Amino acid sequence: MAKVVFEERSDQIFEKGEDRPFRISCDKQSLAGAVSQRACVFCGSRVVLYPIADALHLIHGPVGCAAYTWDIRGALSSGPMLHRHSFSTDLQERDVVFGGEKKLERALRELIARHRPKAAFVYSTCIVGIIGDDMAAVCRKIEAEAGIPVIPVMSEGFKGNKRAGYAAACRAMARLIGQGPTEGISPHSVNLLGDFNLAGETWIIKRYLEQMGVEVVAGVTGDGRVADLMRAHGAALNLVQCSGATMELARMMQRDYGTPFLRVSYLGVDDMAQALYDVADFFGDPLMAARAQELVSRELGALYPQLMELRQDLQGKRAAMYVGGAFKAFSLIKAFRLLGMRVVLAGSQTGTEEDYEELARVSDPGTIIVDDANPLELMNYLLEKDVDVFVGGVKERPIAYKLGIGFCDHNHERKLALEGFEGMLNFAREIHATVMSPVWRFTPRRMALAKEAAA
Amino acid sequence: MTREITSPDYVSTTNACKLCMPLGACLAFKGVEGAAPFLHGSQGCATYMRRYLISHFREPVDIASSSLGENQAIFGGGPNLKKGLVNVINKYGAKVVGIATTCLTETIGDDVPGLVREFLAEAKVETPDGQMPALITVPTPAYGGSHVDGFHAAVLAMVSQLAQPTPAHGGVNLLPGFVSPADLRRLATVTRAYGLRAALAPDYSRTLDAPAMATYEALPAGGVSLNQLRAMGGAKATIELGHCLPGRSAGSWLEMYLNVPLRSLGLPMGVRACDALHQALRELSGRDTPEEIELERGRLIDAMIDGHKYLSGKTAVIYGDEDMVVGVAGWLAELGVRPALCATGGKSGRFPAAIAEVTEGLVRQPARAVDGVDFQQIGEMARQIGPDILVGNSKGYRLARELGVPLVRVGFPIHDRFGGQRLLCLDYQGSQELLDRIINAILAHDQDRHHWGYGYL
Ligand code: SF4
Ligand code: SF4
Repeated sequence: MAKVVFEERSDQIFEKGEDRPFRISCDKQSLAGAVSQRACVFCGSRVVLYPIADALHLIHGPVGCAAYTWDIRGALSSGPMLHRHSFSTDLQERDVVFGGEKKLERALRELIARHRPKAAFVYSTCIVGIIGDDMAAVCRKIEAEAGIPVIPVMSEGFKGNKRAGYAAACRAMARLIGQGPTEGISPHSVNLLGDFNLAGETWIIKRYLEQMGVEVVAGVTGDGRVADLMRAHGAALNLVQCSGATMELARMMQRDYGTPFLRVSYLGVDDMAQALYDVADFFGDPLMAARAQELVSRELGALYPQLMELRQDLQGKRAAMYVGGAFKAFSLIKAFRLLGMRVVLAGSQTGTEEDYEELARVSDPGTIIVDDANPLELMNYLLEKDVDVFVGGVKERPIAYKLGIGFCDHNHERKLALEGFEGMLNFAREIHATVMSPVWRFTPRRMALAKEAAA
Repeated sequence: MTREITSPDYVSTTNACKLCMPLGACLAFKGVEGAAPFLHGSQGCATYMRRYLISHFREPVDIASSSLGENQAIFGGGPNLKKGLVNVINKYGAKVVGIATTCLTETIGDDVPGLVREFLAEAKVETPDGQMPALITVPTPAYGGSHVDGFHAAVLAMVSQLAQPTPAHGGVNLLPGFVSPADLRRLATVTRAYGLRAALAPDYSRTLDAPAMATYEALPAGGVSLNQLRAMGGAKATIELGHCLPGRSAGSWLEMYLNVPLRSLGLPMGVRACDALHQALRELSGRDTPEEIELERGRLIDAMIDGHKYLSGKTAVIYGDEDMVVGVAGWLAELGVRPALCATGGKSGRFPAAIAEVTEGLVRQPARAVDGVDFQQIGEMARQIGPDILVGNSKGYRLARELGVPLVRVGFPIHDRFGGQRLLCLDYQGSQELLDRIINAILAHDQDRHHWGYGYL
């Protein structure tokens, strides 16, 4: 059994290949004092709704929650950029004592008049949950007044974890869907759920699909637009990308509009190709299937030689990952295998029991699977498994670097497209650039290891 | 002459020019040796602040949280606070825990000092050296002020909760304010050059700009020690930097309760402010300014002469944390640049007077100083001014781009450039480096502007 730092967390860690059956406990509140890498409900909803670029995103609460989420994500828009601002009611002491409803009302009026958004999302933060503002009532009132959807997102930080925030965001979006016209939508049409257009990734996927003759109705939420969301129920199929952040919305749309969904991933060669084939299969159009095959073989033809060259250096190296959603990890394991590398640690902030079970199934023996980790645990595993590269986000980066380990940023702040075939090449290049950098030779830990090896 | 602008009285905040109180408190606690910052609140706040600090310092910033959930929010967070303390002390080996509240715990009304007393009475925890850990508490609801207020509140808390009446030991207390690790190192070097032993509180110059190590240090070495903090009452004086401190600052507390004379100075940026610091150091040490520092001062004046024509008559918009803006405004005014707008999200109430003081006698037209504003308002005012240059943190990038003028980055956060933690702005040398950066930004801008390009400027 892997070394456990916090006894109370031992049931959230699993090492594959133990004789005990797979069991992991997840969706628990983070352990006090453990410096969890995980954020809050508000963070979850903000992540999902963030890329809707022509909506106003007003955070009802004190200034911090809003300020920390100002323009920090790589979710690009092909048009309006309202999403990149940080709007807050900046609650003050008197609002906390007397309630913030009046201020919220005035703030909404002011901001809607100034920016003329197509819709407004109003996020509740912890404090709003405590002072008990009736956000829904304020939103209804302004909605009637302004004539645009004004949607409360119930995301008080302490009422669960990031997953609960995903759900709140899905409920909020469900209020938009079904409100727009669906005329003129092709029978071969999809919505892209759970892609956030980081570094323009949605555009890559859209291009592939269009080349196959598939119309993309709405990006949910990458490069998102309110009007597209309103007519999303007119699409023939929902493609739900890995993280599971929008799974709930897919289920709601299936229930309410009969829209079927497919789970897909655009990360790595196999999964990307599979996603395109699955779409063609779904529509049962032989011409489309032929186009998909042609596209994949053209892309792979260009990609393979380059990947194989990088693989020569990377063969046998070890990778660890700690990501937001567990689903992404499956694709990454395959992507690393393609590069000749082995994943020895896979963790996530918000995996479900099924996610982890699947993760345990696809990973190699000895792989550690961990839910809701913290710096001390991550450090232990990185050292124990003598990892060459760590995949994570901004909070994980300094852990890797302090230990003299390469790092690849795979969260919402990245500026490099990692999806699709070109994304796989970017990914491989980035892994290569960090793993093969000569800087590690000069780090104290590697120098000590090298000395040991020489002796 | 720009016309007087009156921006409407906004209700909402767009792109705040400030962060929330606990972030500043966590930063201050990172400057105490063996200390772990601890946020009593829900998990999200701690994670957001870690992320934010990491992107500036590019160092691990471990902030523990009591990770309150719905039940604790209703029934009180005491049990989680205590459990969290046991974990950081046992697993992180914290010798000091700096406990800051968040909006949530302030609003539900948790009595943190009371809970800590209970914890100490019940606790069976020990630090590695066998001592009970020192627990510092500070109330930091975001609606009570900005990150800078949180920083100063935490410094006051560490000083007032630890410093004791102590026999005179001849050292000085140096309270630097929210400056960069490079600035902290500079201040330490300068005081040492006068033969003075200084307790620098806080000092995160090592914890947040640490060398590469063989392992991950849960609590990196460095910081003002508990003993230094305890002995602050025996210092011959306190030097406290910053014009816009709260009425009850750590320096004034030491003066009032432990009779340590207080010297209040602005951030040493520009000739007058740096001279004031060195004057104080001469008086406290009884020594002359070391030759090396005199030379630095001489070189600085020389650079001012060499560069004055690039700067004279230019207008600047300066924004960010109050004291940093005041320091830059004074320095730019000395260089003949007109600080047309000095803006901050802070609201100490001292900002306009401080700007007037540092630019006195240097500018023909008083610099416009506005506090409590956000980037919506700063943008509106800046557009009317049409400045030649922006000086402030990374958050003005979009405005600079829109105005088509260079942005020289100072302060916090710097997360769209490399090396924010190493930016030196203080003392003669820091002023020199800032001057170089500003002139070079203007030159680069000129160079880019002419389509034929000048290879020789
Ligand atoms: S403003 Fe308050 S609630 Fe928001 S992050 Fe800061 S402390 Fe937490
Ligand atoms: S206050 Fe609540 S909503 Fe805001 S960041 Fe903290 S945990 Fe999240």
